[in-house]
Amino acid sequence: MTKRFPNSTQALAPVDLDVRDGEFVTLLGPSGCGKTTLLNLIAGLTTPSSGTIEWWGGSFADADVAERKLGFVFQAPTLMPWARVDANVRLPLDLAHVDRTSAEQGVAHALALVGLSEFARHFPRELSGGMQMRASIARALVTSPNLLLMDEPFGALDEFTRNRLDADLVRLWWERKLTTVFVTHSIYEAVFLSTRVIVMGAQPGRICKVMAIDEPHPRDESFRNSPRFAEHCRALSALLTEVSVEQMRS
Amino acid sequence: MRPLAQSETFMTVAAPLAVGVLAVALWEIACRAFNVPIFLLPKPSDIAATLASDWLTLLAALGMTLRIALQAFFAAIVIGTLIAFLFVQSRAIEMSFFPYAVLLQVTPIVAIAPLIIILVKNTQVALTVCATVVALFPIISNTTLGLRSVDPGLVNLFRMSRAGRMQTLWRLRIPSALPYFFGGLRISSGLALIGAVVAEFVAGTGGRSAGLAYEILQSGFQLDIPRMFAALFLITLAGVGLFTIMVGLSKLALGAWHESEVGADA
Repeated sequence: MTKRFPNSTQALAPVDLDVRDGEFVTLLGPSGCGKTTLLNLIAGLTTPSSGTIEWWGGSFADADVAERKLGFVFQAPTLMPWARVDANVRLPLDLAHVDRTSAEQGVAHALALVGLSEFARHFPRELSGGMQMRASIARALVTSPNLLLMDEPFGALDEFTRNRLDADLVRLWWERKLTTVFVTHSIYEAVFLSTRVIVMGAQPGRICKVMAIDEPHPRDESFRNSPRFAEHCRALSALLTEVSVEQMRS
Repeated sequence: MRPLAQSETFMTVAAPLAVGVLAVALWEIACRAFNVPIFLLPKPSDIAATLASDWLTLLAALGMTLRIALQAFFAAIVIGTLIAFLFVQSRAIEMSFFPYAVLLQVTPIVAIAPLIIILVKNTQVALTVCATVVALFPIISNTTLGLRSVDPGLVNLFRMSRAGRMQTLWRLRIPSALPYFFGGLRISSGLALIGAVVAEFVAGTGGRSAGLAYEILQSGFQLDIPRMFAALFLITLAGVGLFTIMVGLSKLALGAWHESEVGADA
């Protein structure tokens, strides 16, 4: 599929991406390479200029609504400032008219998963940036999605918080068999989290290289400090350099 | 316990109060020292004496003016909010009608008040219409701006969750608009009072509604200057009272979450 914006900027050259059940796919690349556009296309927030997106073998329109449960985590926490954390997390269930009792159970479970149970009755502004992001993740998980889309969720956080959230995320993904598409511009994050890294290039955005991170799961901090991790990072970094050199030539 | 002078709440009340008392005292002393005639500038004590002796008529006049101001204020809230909702339905509607809303704002009320008073038979209604015209614009523009100032990320989230139009309105647009709406209320409440007084002035003594403006006009004719000041004092008091109520309402609605209110009690 391709994507061309109304002002005729070509955001995405023909892109062919297949995400399999249970994968953790990371889209990695410089800014302006169409990572977010690709993610928005997958989420159905924008429509492709040509080509199609297939959801579990069906088109976007006819895929069974119950089948197509999406969780989306944005670059910013995007919480409603007027609602307490539990009401924020409950939002997708409220919008789907889930009855109150089971919705509250779902919220309690989702908050426990991200370690925010104690902060259910707080307002977003009372939480730190990392905790706000956790609340945002809880909101994405509360519908038990079968596809989790994350758009540079930890980009604005400090490295310590980011590392901890990455570790928590990869554990959740493993335990809950979440299929995840994750956008980042951090090589370390991509290596730590992914089963497969998609390296994208800019102008127009396209998929340049694909690299599998063949390491056992669940991964934790010991993996981050292992020589294998460093090796993957070096290989991925080399790939990125190769891509940018190619770009300079053309 | 901290000394009183260091308490923020004490200072916000005490400091302006001290300035006020000082100013009134200076006024009193200056009037006595220079023997200013009462028909030029009455002493605060003269004004207080008038307030005490004429309080019945003055309060009745205040009631009349407040009634018109409040009727106009509520009319402005209802009409202004409805227009704002209409505007955010489509850009075409807003583009077609917004210039006329601006027209409403820039036309001086004293210029159109005589027209309204001629067209509308009932003086009470005519005065309310005048004050409504003055109070309307801040509600329209602020509420429209508020309803449009929605976090685009949240809009996407609502779209992805397949939220209906009404759900998006109730759960997203209206709460997002509240801070702007209350900002509009603050401006508009004062304008409604000004509109009511100005309309009363234009209607003049011919009308049977004896509001505070009527009292001021009458006192002017009779050269009862302390009474003029007393009426003026009551208008100011009413304006400050309305504003304070609006601030309180805003705090009640936004106090828990909005930055503008959260910082205030920190």
